[in-house]
Amino acid sequence: MTLQEIKEILSAQVIVAPRDFQMNIKMGCGCDLMSDVLAFTKEESLLLTGLTNLQVVRTAEMANVIALVFVRGKEPDRETIALAMEKNIPVLLTDLPMYEACGRLYRRGLPGCSETEEGSCS
Amino acid sequence: MIADDPPFQKSFNISGGDFVNAGEVASKVKKILQGLGISNKVIRRATIAIYEAEMNVVWYARQGTLTLSVTPEVLHIKVTDEGNGIEDVELAMQEGYSTATEEIREMGFGAGMGLPNIKKNSDEFYIASVVGQGTVLDITIRRQ
Repeated sequence: MTLQEIKEILSAQVIVAPRDFQMNIKMGCGCDLMSDVLAFTKEESLLLTGLTNLQVVRTAEMANVIALVFVRGKEPDRETIALAMEKNIPVLLTDLPMYEACGRLYRRGLPGCSETEEGSCS
Repeated sequence: MIADDPPFQKSFNISGGDFVNAGEVASKVKKILQGLGISNKVIRRATIAIYEAEMNVVWYARQGTLTLSVTPEVLHIKVTDEGNGIEDVELAMQEGYSTATEEIREMGFGAGMGLPNIKKNSDEFYIASVVGQGTVLDITIRRQ
């Protein structure tokens, strides 16, 4: 699934644009606990989260998260956006709550981390 | 890096209580490892372990030092801090056990996964702690 499709399915705003909206997203993860993101996600996952602080971007950087979606319409502050831009991590914002955002993507065929092979960027 | 290169070593200071810059050391190390041509899988394990260790220093210690050494075979990471120390190391190593404050939880941490996750991403892991003095973590990750 491309980031463009994800943007459309979630009726999302673009907060930090990707280099290419056609970038391929292989799997997704919905999580507000950054420790769990670090412990359980695979490389190149899309992360949907209700947290919008700096640590989300840091966690995305360390875990090689491919793009972030902030749910529940919660806008990140300027520092968080600036860090995501610096780290080249695309950020989308949707008004949908977590369950519905994840559900819509899953229904349209984006699998979860446990169903997908690790990203192949080794 | 080829076998004849001397081991790479660099130390970083970590300031306790500095939530804004928490993660900077892990970010710098990630860039260094990318520059040294380490594989992405190894870099990811190392940066996750270092990030968790760095956050522990920021939350629970006054200050700390992280030293990264890279040899042709392994990455070695030593994190020493001056801080609260850990009363029961065995308990702290259990998934789900946490002494985190509300502030830490609001940042998305404090679920009791930090130390177990560091261990999970290490090939060798040692921890020693003295209450009221500080904690030492010793992490080795094989490059192959």
